[in-house]
Amino acid sequence: MTTILPVPPPAGFSVENLAVSLSGRPVLRGIDLALGGAGVTGLIGPNGAGKTTLLKTMMGFLPPAAGEARFGGQALAAWEPQALARRVGYLAQGSPCSWPMSVERVVAIGRTPHLSRFGRPGAADAAAVERAMAATGVAHLRRRPVTDLSGGERVRVMLARALAGCPEVLLADEPVAGLDPHYQLQVMETLRDFAAEGRGVVVVLHDLTLAARFCARLVLLHGGRVMADGTPEEVLTPGLLEAAYGVTVHVGRHGGGLYVLPWEVSGGSGLRAAV
Amino acid sequence: MDRGGKAGLRLSYGGLLAALALVIACLFAAGLCVGPVAIPPGRAFAALFGADAGPYSVILRDIRLPRAILGAVVGASLGLSGAALQGLLRNPLAEPALIGTSSSAALGAVIALYYGFAAMFPLALPLFAIAGAVISILLLFGLAGRTPGVLTIILAGVALSSLAGALISIAINLSPDPHSALEIVFWLMGSLSNVSMRHAALALPFSLAGWAMLLSCGRALDALTLGEDTAASLGVSLTRLRYSLIVGTALAVGAGVAVAGSIGFIGLIVPHILRPLVGHRPGRLLAASALGGAALLLAADIGVRLISTDPEFKLGVLTAVIGAPFFLVLVLNTRRHAP
Repeated sequence: MTTILPVPPPAGFSVENLAVSLSGRPVLRGIDLALGGAGVTGLIGPNGAGKTTLLKTMMGFLPPAAGEARFGGQALAAWEPQALARRVGYLAQGSPCSWPMSVERVVAIGRTPHLSRFGRPGAADAAAVERAMAATGVAHLRRRPVTDLSGGERVRVMLARALAGCPEVLLADEPVAGLDPHYQLQVMETLRDFAAEGRGVVVVLHDLTLAARFCARLVLLHGGRVMADGTPEEVLTPGLLEAAYGVTVHVGRHGGGLYVLPWEVSGGSGLRAAV
Repeated sequence: MDRGGKAGLRLSYGGLLAALALVIACLFAAGLCVGPVAIPPGRAFAALFGADAGPYSVILRDIRLPRAILGAVVGASLGLSGAALQGLLRNPLAEPALIGTSSSAALGAVIALYYGFAAMFPLALPLFAIAGAVISILLLFGLAGRTPGVLTIILAGVALSSLAGALISIAINLSPDPHSALEIVFWLMGSLSNVSMRHAALALPFSLAGWAMLLSCGRALDALTLGEDTAASLGVSLTRLRYSLIVGTALAVGAGVAVAGSIGFIGLIVPHILRPLVGHRPGRLLAASALGGAALLLAADIGVRLISTDPEFKLGVLTAVIGAPFFLVLVLNTRRHAP
């Protein structure tokens, strides 16, 4: 990265006593969190723990049943949508793209919050698009239709799209799902570099070793509640992970960091005990 | 494979719009000259703008000019709303006629005609047609959900078209006067052969309002390419977008159906041909499809005059004869690319 723009410290999200139900079923209960401060925060937890629901509620896509999500101290509904979109970015799970648009144009869609309804993109927009494509290593694909790309390439294009908006805080929902180790590391390094500019990244992860290596803070969700919140050292303990995932893990050290190896389902049964 | 930049055969967006506008101008002029009475272009110009009120002048001012104007306006509405609906539903098979909007608008117009509202006040015709179109699109959303698949759209469209068709049949069936029943049947086939400047004045304001609403959605439709959540995260108000597209399509299509009857497949063919030329961008496809739709309908309307059967070949019949096979090929291609 040649240009590092000065970024004010991210205002961040706060949720208080948040509860969310999906078609009548409670998914999140009593969540109190401040998220999206500078640095990479990992959101971990078993399937169905409510990670995606939490992100979507913070984005305002899902209405809370109780409590409230705020950004910068202001309720989401009080934000003008475009003003909020300039400050908060969102990387959806999967990489939907309905038309075979070129990579360059898809990345340029990330500039939407910075453009007026009929305004044309200017030099600053073009520069942001170039910077985002360079950061994710997709510049050489710029004229290829997104729909022709491999899964790994496509995820990086969507990541470039999210970075092109230059948000203060980026919420990324499982950005490394289905990628090979090379692309997983590359995507996580890109997110780390992005956060190193003083921005906030909240990332949903299933790979606990990636979570340990790239996140300064981890929030472990289980059964719709926050089970643990702290540094990787504090959260990735065999006891907590067994309680959350129902597996025994091996936690080891390599260099300065942790790695976590899920080993077997606890109790010898193939079924996760109902909690 | 890729030539890059604007080299080679690539047409810039502005160039494409200019080329389409030029085609429209040529077809518009040709439409003034072609008909049962062939008028040489030089004489047409003089008869249209000169003080002379000879037979050419009457034919041009009272018959051919409103016909050409409405051909361009209705064609633009159909092309534009086809592109807009495809962008909204993220599916290349959406089209005002296929999803039942045109037949529902026709039902509205038939009700206005049948119960004599149209005779009481002329605005009833477009207003009833627009109301029919709004109801059909709301029903489509209700039936198919927000991000429907190909099959759901087509099935919901078939259901809505059948329902509207059945209700129209009831009106024809119960019509006390066989002449008016026949009139409805012929009008439903879609034609511009009997339009006057009064029709143009009736349809134009609603069409322009609809175009404005649809054309303002370009950037939001681009963002919607990446899914509803991503579009919302980019500051797009999905509720406002849907509202603009539904009302805009209903205004444009309803006004068109009210004066020209049901003309299908323009909204399917035009966006499909133009999409690769605008880099598959739904936003840019809007204006291009409006111009392309105007050009195609003007060409088709010249076509029905050249075929010169008696009675005249109906415009809606011609577009269906060409459009239906095109639609079949499109369905096959869609199945091949997205199983």
